[in-house]
Amino acid sequence: MTERIIIRTGRVIDSATKFDAIADVLVEDGRIAAIGAGLVADSAREIDARGLVVAPGFVDVHTHLRDPGLEYKEDIASGTRAAARGGFTTVCAMPNTEPAMDNRSVVEYVLREAAARARVRVLPIGAVSKGRAGKELAELGDLAAAGCIAFSDDGAPVWDATLMRRALEYASIFDLPIIDHCEDRSLAKDAVMHEGWVSTRLGLRGAPAAAEEAAVSRDIALAETAGAHVHIAHVSTRAAVDAVRRAKARGVRVTAEATPHHLTLTHEIVAFGALGGEELAYDTNAKVNPPLRSQDDVDACVAGLADGTIDCIATDHAPHAVIEKLCEFDEAAFGISGLETAFGLCMRLVNEGRIELPTLIARLTVGPVCALGLDRYVPGIGTLAVSAPADIVLLDPSAEWVVEPERFASKGKNTPLGGVTLKGLVVATIAQGRVVHESGVPVA
Amino acid sequence: MTTEARPADVVTPQPAPASEESAWRRRHLLDIDDFTVDELELVMSTTDTMKEVLSREVPRVPALRGTTIVTLFYENSTRTRTSFELAGKILGADVINVAASGSSVTKGESLIDTVKTLQAVGADVLVMRHNRSGAPYLASRHTECSVVNAGDGLHAHPTQGLLDLYTMRGALGDVRGKKIVVVGDILHSRVARSNMWALTAFGANVVVCAPRTLLPAGLGDETEGRLPPVRVETDLDHAIEGADVVMALRMQLERMHGGFVPGAREYSRLYQVNANRLARAKPGALVLHPGPMNEGVEISHEVAHGLQSHVEEQVTNGVAVRMAVLWLITRQTTRGARLAARGSL
Repeated sequence: MTERIIIRTGRVIDSATKFDAIADVLVEDGRIAAIGAGLVADSAREIDARGLVVAPGFVDVHTHLRDPGLEYKEDIASGTRAAARGGFTTVCAMPNTEPAMDNRSVVEYVLREAAARARVRVLPIGAVSKGRAGKELAELGDLAAAGCIAFSDDGAPVWDATLMRRALEYASIFDLPIIDHCEDRSLAKDAVMHEGWVSTRLGLRGAPAAAEEAAVSRDIALAETAGAHVHIAHVSTRAAVDAVRRAKARGVRVTAEATPHHLTLTHEIVAFGALGGEELAYDTNAKVNPPLRSQDDVDACVAGLADGTIDCIATDHAPHAVIEKLCEFDEAAFGISGLETAFGLCMRLVNEGRIELPTLIARLTVGPVCALGLDRYVPGIGTLAVSAPADIVLLDPSAEWVVEPERFASKGKNTPLGGVTLKGLVVATIAQGRVVHESGVPVA
Repeated sequence: MTTEARPADVVTPQPAPASEESAWRRRHLLDIDDFTVDELELVMSTTDTMKEVLSREVPRVPALRGTTIVTLFYENSTRTRTSFELAGKILGADVINVAASGSSVTKGESLIDTVKTLQAVGADVLVMRHNRSGAPYLASRHTECSVVNAGDGLHAHPTQGLLDLYTMRGALGDVRGKKIVVVGDILHSRVARSNMWALTAFGANVVVCAPRTLLPAGLGDETEGRLPPVRVETDLDHAIEGADVVMALRMQLERMHGGFVPGAREYSRLYQVNANRLARAKPGALVLHPGPMNEGVEISHEVAHGLQSHVEEQVTNGVAVRMAVLWLITRQTTRGARLAARGSL
């Protein structure tokens, strides 16, 4: 059941049409019915958006929902509840489930569960290889027919270059991209963080930035050879940003994403925590792959985000159970539970004057949609166009809040940001015409 | 048992002056990377007292009587474990050795569970050796016990750093401005890391020497104090010139075959501390090695056992330093405070 909703007098930012003005937004039958000043809407629920930003719902092209098989970490209900709280109205589910999403039946399970329990839209990403083992191609055609919007062995790189080449060629039949986790495994062997002075200080094994650059360069060469589309997951290094920028300039079909944490946090928080303690932290919640890098890498990623080299922000939401992080650093699982802090964390870039708010919103909406061509599946997604699905987020860019992991909707409490104050709040989220999240702050 | 107290003989390890005593606030010894010079001096002076205890006819004092020390070793180490055990026993503590061989994960019992169990059965101090960097930090956050790091992964070996500092000061007086060359597998060496912190805190001129493949990232760069300020060299013949101290590190066999260096033959040709090379150092320069030594690889037999070698003294000093550390940290526990108040250490 969807209701008639009128969102009054917010600053409406729709990056797709470069619309940025105070306006009302009318929602009917789960779709955007009208945008304009002083709309008349009898019997509609009124939401007072004065002082708020009204934008298209965010689209996350990199979410680990852990369902099926790893529901102790997350499931489709909890993961999409977390998405709603984070302002995301669409999440693309990564296939490193148990079993892997490498065949139609798992895709159908995910879509069925999503239809029954999800707060927001779930678009599945199929595995590149059977069992994500990196040996044989999965049935990419059948996966595409079942509704997969891309293919990835994420969690692991497609390390065999020939398999990657064939995957790119084969997926191009269906005009779908391969999303690759770019990491040269021999260079990153046994690594648990970024190689640099912090890894030296902590005595932890580091992965050099070159491990990412080498893999990104390989993928670009293969995409160029195959004339196919490669999407680089979670770019984290200056050299990778530069490689993508150069490849785009010469017309290679490459797109890229960066995570909120790689755009804002450095390897130093592994040692000292996000709040900057005295004693060494060995913060397992900051253990993530790719690892948090140097300030120079962060700066390069931000510059790439600003100039469009990086098409979109993706969370790489990677929830884990408490016990998988409450252990020795070397033994801890990789990953950050990121959906619920994504907007607040990225707002640092706006608050510091490094990017404009409309640019940030673009990279969370139309950016991911265009990168993966998602409007083929959901016309109008990522925009506020009339008749587009009513996926809308209400944002308070100046509201401050403290990250309390224990209050996350996600089962994954694994964030290095516990106790950190973020400026930028998701006030409400409307997905396909339904209010799926309200923060309790000024929604009338 | 020789812990029997004979009142006339039993002298409490001489407490440090009140100002220094009050400067010590540590309940754990996790690393010495954040030690102040005053704290290091306090360990040094307390070690002097402990050396005096060791020199007695019956080297036993009941300073830690009623204290239970557990050595929890996830890695084998006869030398360090024995040294701590002896240090505890000389001070009258009960010492229990737990060999937690194999990783906690494969045993299915987490480190936190183990630490909590040991606390529940009455341990006051956990002396911990672990193959994972940072493990003692994790343990210290989940126990009321004092945690002493007896070596964690590649990260730190604070009592080794302290005993090396003590040994050098014993021979050189002060290490300020002295050239101290640490040669070997710096990348994988927690001993090197702890030595660098301790020595640079006192203004020593520390040079680390290793093949590029065995040097950790960032060392020698300007890191604004985030790493110890040392100089990095790859040519030992050059590095060793005019050195006051030469410390060779153990070259583990698996590194030799792990592609870090071509092999023992070339490694020993380029990086072995031998008589020819030692001749380039200052006359009478100290030779140290944290042990166990691969004689003929990182150090020649004649140098290892020569007049300039202080390797045995390092081992003896190790006991005294560990006595000092155990004594200092137990002052900060409830039981330690109670014992101190009783005034009958």
